Amino acid sequence: MSTDLFLFLTLAMIAVVSAGAMLFSTNAIYAALYLIVNFCTIAVFYLLLGAPFLAMVQITVYAGAIMVLFLFVIMLLGAERLRRSRTLWWQQPLAIALGLLLFVEAAYALLFRSEQNNLLPPFSSISPSYGNPRAIGELLFNQYLLPFEMTSFLLLIAIIGAIVLTKSEKR
Amino acid sequence: MIPVAYYITLSAVLFTMGALGVLIRRNAIIIFMSVELMLNAANLAFVAFAHAYESLSGQVLVFFVMTVAAAEVAVGLALIVAIFRTKHSIDVDQMNRLQG
Repeated sequence: MSTDLFLFLTLAMIAVVSAGAMLFSTNAIYAALYLIVNFCTIAVFYLLLGAPFLAMVQITVYAGAIMVLFLFVIMLLGAERLRRSRTLWWQQPLAIALGLLLFVEAAYALLFRSEQNNLLPPFSSISPSYGNPRAIGELLFNQYLLPFEMTSFLLLIAIIGAIVLTKSEKR
Repeated sequence: MIPVAYYITLSAVLFTMGALGVLIRRNAIIIFMSVELMLNAANLAFVAFAHAYESLSGQVLVFFVMTVAAAEVAVGLALIVAIFRTKHSIDVDQMNRLQG
């Protein structure tokens, strides 16, 4: 077994187990912590795939900012534990069956069909400058300048929306 | 290097687990976390394909997805806080009336 495969399998196992633990943990704080572990393994995958800039952004934005926001809201609301209210007994088995169906369909569409049509090229060796901040920045500020500017509007609207929604109404 | 299909399979597994989380959990915050998991699975597929095709556009798109996810989380959590104020619960089964 090569080092690459060993690294991939170990990380994949951590990612899948932490995602499963997030799904089935009863305490929302634990779920958030498991999700942080998952995001960190995905950041390591980005490093393996030649995207060091995205790996750092993943750690700072996802594992840092977004999950801190989640933890803040969980603690603010004091909603760590939710008593289980089962109203539909058939919902969970149906959800698992539909999830399996989705996975089988995605695997068929992504892997078998694309392999028949040779849509999945093998990884080739990449230049050392691939995926570094400079290359991404050049692409971002030339070819993708308009979407980049639009994300600034999106973030502004999100800030205003969050403030308006949580503003306490005084009458 | 290992084949790109491995990364795509892992991405499909993580996406399915996120979809399962949305379907089986009733806690609104955990449903949000599952949505984040699905976004991350899609991002992983983007980065794997970007490497396989030696194109940086996939990575730039991941950058945009992260921005949109950040905006979505800010607004979504504000909505959850606002709902908790009126209903004192974030169980999605309780949110069955439009009139607060």
